[in-house]
Amino acid sequence: MDHVSTIEATKAIVTMDVAHTGIIWGWMITLNMWAKSIGTGVILVGAFLLYRHKHEDMPSLRWLMPLISFIALNVFLFFTLIDLHQPFRMIHIFTHPHWTSSITVGAWLASIFLVLVSIMMFTSFFTHFSEFRKNCAVAKAVRSKDGLYEKVFPFTVFLAFPVTMYTAIIMSQSAARELWVPGAELIQMLLAAFMVGSASFILIGGKWAEAVKKDLAMILAISVLFSFIMYMGEYFFSYKAAEVEATLAYIHSGGPYFLDFWTGMLLGYIIPFIIATTMNDNRTMMKFAAVTTFIGLYFAKSTWLEIPQLLPLS
Amino acid sequence: MKLGFLVDLNLCMGCKGCEIACKVENEVPLSSWRLRVKYIDIGSFPDTSRSFTPLRCNHCENAPCERICPVSALHYLDNGIVNIDSERCIGCAGCMMACPYGAIYMDPESNTADKCTYCAHRIEGGLMPSCVVACPTEANIFGDVEDETSQISRYIMEHQGNVQVRKPEKHTNPLHYYVGGGNNTLNPLAHERIEGYGLFNNITTLDHPGNPNRSILDRFLEPIFGHPNDNLDNKSLLDMNSKGDK
Ligand code: SF4
Ligand code: SF4
Repeated sequence: MDHVSTIEATKAIVTMDVAHTGIIWGWMITLNMWAKSIGTGVILVGAFLLYRHKHEDMPSLRWLMPLISFIALNVFLFFTLIDLHQPFRMIHIFTHPHWTSSITVGAWLASIFLVLVSIMMFTSFFTHFSEFRKNCAVAKAVRSKDGLYEKVFPFTVFLAFPVTMYTAIIMSQSAARELWVPGAELIQMLLAAFMVGSASFILIGGKWAEAVKKDLAMILAISVLFSFIMYMGEYFFSYKAAEVEATLAYIHSGGPYFLDFWTGMLLGYIIPFIIATTMNDNRTMMKFAAVTTFIGLYFAKSTWLEIPQLLPLS
Repeated sequence: MKLGFLVDLNLCMGCKGCEIACKVENEVPLSSWRLRVKYIDIGSFPDTSRSFTPLRCNHCENAPCERICPVSALHYLDNGIVNIDSERCIGCAGCMMACPYGAIYMDPESNTADKCTYCAHRIEGGLMPSCVVACPTEANIFGDVEDETSQISRYIMEHQGNVQVRKPEKHTNPLHYYVGGGNNTLNPLAHERIEGYGLFNNITTLDHPGNPNRSILDRFLEPIFGHPNDNLDNKSLLDMNSKGDK
């Protein structure tokens, strides 16, 4: 009973309570957001590169961009599905949609986005590897539709924005967690997509033109800088809401979340920013920065997702 | 018609009769609660007091849980009750993230979200919610808040100035009121919870909502092949526990 004497006389203590439900949305949802950032980020950054540079400067971009997006989106959908306690009922989102829910809107948008990315992926893949299954009727049919790629690309880019950002609205609709402010989260989601979108191309674009690599370094540097500034603002200057302050106390007071958060900031933001601004002509260092961006973003997302869930609600 | 609840905290003596009545009526599984009575110690010896606060779903008029539910498993009834259809629920836990009052749990038997429904099934049959019937001090008052002559409406009017709701700043418009509540009883941030210490029980953190013995693979296999724990209910769990004690 010693510790009771350390409680201030005016402070009330809950003496009987139910178990706290703990982390409801955990690592699977972190992975979901992380993979979605890659899936949409490569499309957004890819579109920027295609607008600014000639195709010849980035020879593999046309088929690698939808391929990476396709893989990442499937990882995202996989973790979305297995996080459901009744995964087979996922179909209810399509048969009984409730349109006020950003989960519903997001699921529909992400599904349409995946269809468009799949069209781009299959047409560009079979066109690029023209000898692969040369006589197969399906492959031939897909190759003959190569023109679809350019037709669906603008819609895919357009859809990449809401698909990237809708999770911020889910977080906003999670009315119990005040840390997640829609304005900030919308921009954080977008910046996360640009971070890992550019990091993906830095990893695979070793032979691309120098001007393209400079652009990728610039996108990485700007996106990590802006995102870092937003995190710092929220971390140090959230004086306005008692609940947000109480949530951030879980990081401020040290412990595992403190370590996770600052690991994320160091790997995902500080290191990539320094490398992208000072050593962007060093291929090895840029690849290192890309890898730390992926790891750091996971830590940052995971901390930000979990800390509000530690707060007792009643 | 808008059905609402009012708890007069001056009358509540913390007997937990309502909590037990709710568990029995709705067969709420072990380690889950639809209604619970929070105990709070205030002050330091010898100047101490203990207060009790029954907490349940507030059946908000502007319910964040209903808004976020992707499949309308959570829905409003005409009488204002926020009801849940567990056959429709996909178990996304969005509602658990949205409810500012922590009123929703993932049922470890059905693996779907569940919560207080103001005993909608009893009301349909003309009965009062079971917690109301069980309360020995009549601290729980239930009725139509739109009917000026109902007991709850009169109680609210008689106690003007001393009627509170939880977290009014969330704009959820709860249809659940308290008389005699204060910061300590209604604000979860006003007091400390000491991990691992409690008067009657340990305060613990559940590993994950839902059934902790059900793996991710079970989520896919169970609807097809069933689960070895399919027949587990409160009674068999109790039997298992008591066997383990021997
Ligand atoms: S108290 Fe929670 S569960 Fe009940 S209606 Fe309001 S938001 Fe929904
Ligand atoms: S867990 Fe069920 S009731 Fe809750 S939001 Fe998801 S589908 Fe709706």
